[in-house]
Amino acid sequence: MILWLSRILVPLTVSYMIGFGLISGRPVFDDFLDGAKEGMKTVAGILPTLIGLMTAVGVLRTSGFLDELGSWLSVPAAWLHLPSELVPLTLVRMISNSAATGLVLDIFRQYGPDSELGMAASVLMSCTETVFYCISIYFGSIHVTKTRHTIPGALFATAAGIAVSIWLTVRG
Amino acid sequence: MLNYLWSFMILVGMLWGAVNGNLDQVTQGLVDSAKDAVTLGITMLGIMSFWCGILETGSRAGLIDWLTGKLGPVLDYLFPGLGKEHPARKPIAVNIVANMLGLGMAATPAGLEAMQKMAERSSDGRSGGAATDEMCTFLILNISSLQLIPVTMVAYRSQYGSADPTAVLGPALIATSCSTLAAVLFCRLIYRGRRFRGK
Repeated sequence: MILWLSRILVPLTVSYMIGFGLISGRPVFDDFLDGAKEGMKTVAGILPTLIGLMTAVGVLRTSGFLDELGSWLSVPAAWLHLPSELVPLTLVRMISNSAATGLVLDIFRQYGPDSELGMAASVLMSCTETVFYCISIYFGSIHVTKTRHTIPGALFATAAGIAVSIWLTVRG
Repeated sequence: MLNYLWSFMILVGMLWGAVNGNLDQVTQGLVDSAKDAVTLGITMLGIMSFWCGILETGSRAGLIDWLTGKLGPVLDYLFPGLGKEHPARKPIAVNIVANMLGLGMAATPAGLEAMQKMAERSSDGRSGGAATDEMCTFLILNISSLQLIPVTMVAYRSQYGSADPTAVLGPALIATSCSTLAAVLFCRLIYRGRRFRGK
């Protein structure tokens, strides 16, 4: 039922918006074109940020530093009941969505999606966001350099999400 | 902050690559990532322009005003600094709803517009390049993951042979509610603290 709802969500939203516009007598296609033009400008505006950030993530990932950091952190992670297999995932999750998805699929392949680790990874991915990617894209677009309490707040929310996902899925 | 974070990522990556003798892979990683960024940009260009167009039709027909009105109390609670007529209210409302529904590609342009509107209004009152309280709250809220149904995760799970792909929905809803609650509490405490100190 829920999945069916989410499957019809996009068609429903799109046709509702267009249908509503037609009924209100709007020139819907002209409105659409104006909006789409703005959208293109927005994407063009964030592309440099995207390139800068993704290359930095790529450099850090291919250097093997993240794996090393993951193995350093596996000891403190054990105190927090975070399985050591999930340490690299929690780190990567904060900087790159596609890289994190790759790690989750590795976990699925290795342990199965219904295993404890598979469930933990699924829930963890569903309740967190790419912290540093979001901050760079949003603040980069308006040239904010002093992020003030954004990073502590974002990390606090992410930590809460991770803690609850582990608590809900990992036994013992 | 971003200047330091970005240089840290590149410099540590380069240094680590040099120490471990895989500088070639690092260089390759840099080139590949730059290419990936452009590929992602092209994907985003199509789908985000489409959503912007659809949102514009909805906006001009009055749907966005209606939505913003419905979300009014929530916005007043989360963003006490934004007046009733603040131009960022509409894109913020769209961003929150699109995020909850899992329409990330519709949420991002609305979020960027909200940031733009907040930046325009506050340009005189803020010291060079510092974020306002509202910007911080908005971003922390976005990062706390508002999406209610993790559709892509369910798809991946069934693709990898899960006996019950939707088993993730319940725990995910609880976990994402907790992370959002943590975000809201954090921002309210910061705001209260500032008001308490009379600033």
